[in-house]
Amino acid sequence: MAAPPTIPRPRKDALGARVRVGSGATTRRVLIGTVLLVTALILVAPLVAIFAEALRHGWEAYARSFAAPDTQYAIWLTLITALVVVPVNIGFGIAAAWCIAKFSFPGRNLLVALVELPFSISPIIAGVAYLFVYGAQGLLGPTLEAWDIKIMFAVPGIMLASLFVTAPFVARELIPLMIAQGSEEEEAAVTLGAGGWRILRTVTLPNVRFALLYGAALCNARVMGEFGAVSIVSGNIRGQTNTLPLQIELLYQDNNAVAAFAVATLLTAVALVTLIAKAIIERLDRAREAAH
Amino acid sequence: MNRVVPGFGLSLGITLTYLSLIVLLPLGALVWQALGVGWERYLAILAGPRTANAFRITFTTAALATAFNCVYGLALAWVLARYEFPGKRLLDALVDVPFALPTAVAGLALSALFVKNGWFGGPLAAFGIEVAYTPLGIAIAMAFTSIPFVVRTVQPVLEDLQADVEEAAATLGASDARIFARVIFPAIFPAFLTGASLSFARSLGEFGAIIFIAGNLPGKTEVVSLLTFIRIEEYDYPAAAAIATTLLLTAFVMLFLVNMIQLWQQRRIGASGD
Repeated sequence: MAAPPTIPRPRKDALGARVRVGSGATTRRVLIGTVLLVTALILVAPLVAIFAEALRHGWEAYARSFAAPDTQYAIWLTLITALVVVPVNIGFGIAAAWCIAKFSFPGRNLLVALVELPFSISPIIAGVAYLFVYGAQGLLGPTLEAWDIKIMFAVPGIMLASLFVTAPFVARELIPLMIAQGSEEEEAAVTLGAGGWRILRTVTLPNVRFALLYGAALCNARVMGEFGAVSIVSGNIRGQTNTLPLQIELLYQDNNAVAAFAVATLLTAVALVTLIAKAIIERLDRAREAAH
Repeated sequence: MNRVVPGFGLSLGITLTYLSLIVLLPLGALVWQALGVGWERYLAILAGPRTANAFRITFTTAALATAFNCVYGLALAWVLARYEFPGKRLLDALVDVPFALPTAVAGLALSALFVKNGWFGGPLAAFGIEVAYTPLGIAIAMAFTSIPFVVRTVQPVLEDLQADVEEAAATLGASDARIFARVIFPAIFPAFLTGASLSFARSLGEFGAIIFIAGNLPGKTEVVSLLTFIRIEEYDYPAAAAIATTLLLTAFVMLFLVNMIQLWQQRRIGASGD
């Protein structure tokens, strides 16, 4: 008599849960341990080092670093730039997401690629490209000179280069979400007689508010921290066109390491607040989805 | 075409005008400047030893940084997608640090860690390994700024992977290593390749994080983005235009590759009837 064929069964652990690849205790421990170690060394250590170096000579030296007029000007210029650039790119992001997510038209995919293009371009290239438009030898250079308008090596140039570098942030958060949400609610609002602006304000934006906030926070962090593009278009004039990242480099070259790291703690704080905001926004988003 | 919802003309008009002014006009000006250089001079600029060396250094260090991120990024994505452990959410949040932290700050911090009397530089020097002011330092700066790419492209695919295929393979007696190589890796491969390409592209153009740690010695530790910057400071606009357009062209090729990979991924998903 032939032995009955053995029927293979799925592997299960002691609790009866299905066993998946890598769920063995050793594999698990080794992988988690290695990843945590490498992360501590490469991601956490730099953050700690910034604060440690800034406070190397105590709190007083740290606080003194911000008293220099050039540094205070850099803080002010960085805030003003963010105050102009972030709202403009929020507006652009909403407009781009509206036409891309609510309508289909020929060239739509090309437009999406175009919106995301600045992400693929080195900030240095962006800076050089702007110089070739607004610089003295640039495309519009002679015209600007005739009208006595200064854009390069001045604040407008910094803002334009920042607009380029951060253009995709809000749009990229909104587009996939608005596509996923569809247009039924907006269509219903039209049926009820609502106009375009009212629909945007009362239907669309409330639905995407978390993504909008997150995109704006990322955009803000990037504007405040942009280095490559701004360093080309700003001309690095102390107390005139130096934003915080440029001021960090300047202080570092001046062998004023404590001040350089002290200024760096400000931008690190912005980055950390951005990440905390992201975590909170994601939690709120999940809570909202669960409530639906 | 959605004929019910209003605002198509206005939103498309704003989008196209803005993109033309902010993105296309400067890129057009760059290409226009490069075309004015002339073909022969363009090639001579690229073939010059300093430029050629900068490209060689940039590509090698970017490849090294990407290789590191392929391994570390994949492990990180796996750990985040497959395991539950205390501190997991913090780890997940930490992955985005390189995107949120300004590159100049990252460069400053890395140089503080890796100089001879730094926390890492000291112990490494005891083993005869020098990082600051060497190509290795460039690779580390590039690796830091591009950590999130592989993680954030692979992680969602790993999370969506259905258990039944793995189980079927396990039922047939395949080992974990074999299931990973034959079932899981092929499934995440397009996403993995996308992440690696993005990481490589980002590394090629990196500037802020590198200049603090690289030493910036022409022919030894000078990257392409820095050379472009130097040419601008020297008012050598033809050279800057030639180098920048070559870097731009490389970025476009990478972007095209990523799009091809994603198209391939969509076709594969479509073919499997999902």
